[in-house]
Amino acid sequence: MAEAIAAPGLIGKSSARSTAERREAHSGWMLSLPALVLLFMFILLPVAAVILMSFTDYELGYTGFKWVGVENYADLFTNRTFKRSLWNTTVYTAIVAPVSIFMALGLAMLIESEGIGRSFFRTAYFLPVASLLVAMATVWQYLFHPTIGPVNALLRLVDIEGPNWLGASGYVLYGLSIIGVWQSVGFNLVLFLAGLTAIPRELYAAAHVDGARSSWDRFRLVTWPMLGPTTLFVTTISIINAVKVFETVKTLTEGGPNKASEVLLFTIYQEGFVYLRVGYASAMTVVFLLILVILMFLQYRIQDRQVHYS
Amino acid sequence: MSKLSLRNIHKAFGGNQILKGVSLDADENEFIALVGPSGCGKSTLLRILAGLESADGGEIVVGDRDLSPVPAADRNIAMVFQSYALYPHLTAAQNIAVPLVMRNLTRAQRLPLVGPLVPSQRKAIATIKREVRDMAVSLKIDHLMDRKPGQMSGGQRQRVALGRAMVRRPSVFLMDEPLSNLDANLRVHARGEIVELHRRAGVPTIYVTHDQAEALSMADRVAVMIGGALLQLASPQVIYDDPQHIEVAKFIGQPRINLFASQVAEDGMVAMGNTRLRPAETLTAGTPVTIGIRPEFVAVSRNSQHGLPAHIDRVEFLGSEIILYCRLDAVGENVIAKLSPSEGAGLAAGMPVRLQFDADRLFVFAEDGRRLPSLPVNADVALETAHG
Repeated sequence: MAEAIAAPGLIGKSSARSTAERREAHSGWMLSLPALVLLFMFILLPVAAVILMSFTDYELGYTGFKWVGVENYADLFTNRTFKRSLWNTTVYTAIVAPVSIFMALGLAMLIESEGIGRSFFRTAYFLPVASLLVAMATVWQYLFHPTIGPVNALLRLVDIEGPNWLGASGYVLYGLSIIGVWQSVGFNLVLFLAGLTAIPRELYAAAHVDGARSSWDRFRLVTWPMLGPTTLFVTTISIINAVKVFETVKTLTEGGPNKASEVLLFTIYQEGFVYLRVGYASAMTVVFLLILVILMFLQYRIQDRQVHYS
Repeated sequence: MSKLSLRNIHKAFGGNQILKGVSLDADENEFIALVGPSGCGKSTLLRILAGLESADGGEIVVGDRDLSPVPAADRNIAMVFQSYALYPHLTAAQNIAVPLVMRNLTRAQRLPLVGPLVPSQRKAIATIKREVRDMAVSLKIDHLMDRKPGQMSGGQRQRVALGRAMVRRPSVFLMDEPLSNLDANLRVHARGEIVELHRRAGVPTIYVTHDQAEALSMADRVAVMIGGALLQLASPQVIYDDPQHIEVAKFIGQPRINLFASQVAEDGMVAMGNTRLRPAETLTAGTPVTIGIRPEFVAVSRNSQHGLPAHIDRVEFLGSEIILYCRLDAVGENVIAKLSPSEGAGLAAGMPVRLQFDADRLFVFAEDGRRLPSLPVNADVALETAHG
């Protein structure tokens, strides 16, 4: 298939191509055409549309629009809400991604070392991933309730007066981060478990024989480097997912109180679907996409250079 | 240096007796091949020796120290794994250095960033680098030192694995089928190298393999393990010429030994064709026994009047030898014969032949597999005793 697709480019240059080869190249194009059409229609075209719209003042419901050049972008960088949401997203990501990664790694190693109940733990930790976050948000609202919530009830047992997790502007990001960690640990854990299972047992045996006395030595010598590709993947996915946080904010806080939980996706949603300023929202989306593209690009660069062993 | 002894090693996995009391002594400088079919417990025994598995009972003594309670990391026993088990993220040099780094550097010295601040770390690392270098030169892999395992061939990886095992001058050397991942040519070549390395290291070496040719060609002594028990430990020649158990006779030798079910006759003798054998111990008539003879001691002739009549089923030409698969006319038993090309010239499938067994080379085994020492008795003498 790959050859068939690669071939058409060469046809023009080389007149010595046989008709059989040309026909094969032709059918190669025909076979990949549906996929190419879909790729253009559903991925490249919408992205191009968003980029184009970001240079207009188009508003939903109005006919016609004006080209405004980079005005939307210029606006963005003076917009306090946008800057706030950029900062909040960064803080949220800086908490959720590392905590969920290292928690998942630790739990995965505990589960891996214990033969019994492995599938039970795996399923249990995976439940939050499979469950509907919008529905579970109500449960969290109850858990985090400042007076009747079990979280603060527990804290009261050790004489700590818990904050209003989702209602105080100083705490709302932390409250949301806890939910974010709760939701993504299971997914990361399953990935780490798969990574751990793939490490050859003989490497641990070799580490023992080579004098790695403590489990920390063996972790440093075998587990951590061998998990490199998994960790990189988990890190990228975690960061991207954290940057994309939306459901919890929309259902629990609506960006409040006082914009303390404004995050990127929520701000975009507000601009586009509440204030209907599509052009402006598109500019934000482009910035958002850029962040994701940079993250993915970084992942592939590191992956190629450092953690590819074979 | 050190002498290695295993005393009465037991191991069971979930009620399944894997090792049934294995005892073995290795002299310093001795190369012992531990051979047996898969699942016989030889790898488990090796892992117990290395400290990767704990025995249910028994002692492991190196020098005069009982190592049973000592963890693997402190045993100073080196092991080469079947898959080599090289750390894929480290270069060849780093792989070889691992045992030295783990032993010669303190935990603080090993820490990244902090390590270089610890006094004497630089000196220790310089020593390690020099030793790794020397090892690489002696194994002729110094040009590979910056490569990672993924960029090396099987043979090169195997050398790095050997280097990693040898660099710290272990007191015992264990190898778990280190050649089984190499192609046939390289394997034969590597045999000689490993023996040579063993001689230079001068420590007891236990070499696990399921390949009898490897075991016989490399070892000072061969230990045949079957079903969790050590059936015989002897020099390759004795193992081959004088097996003490039917399983040893069956396992060693290519093609396989010929075995015939028989019984002790009225006069306490065991008969095979015209040949009669007198077991050293007195057995009651009718006791079932098994008679064995190796294929190279079966003589095949087309025009002799002596010997058992048979037909050739199949002829295999192997260059330096010819393997004949024959069927005895009388009882229909299969007999394998190994001939030189000149002896076998002109023989073809379907031909009637006569088979004669070398009386001095017949083995008699008891029903429980034990070898029954027996002597061939001249047919005439036997007749006399029968009448007398």
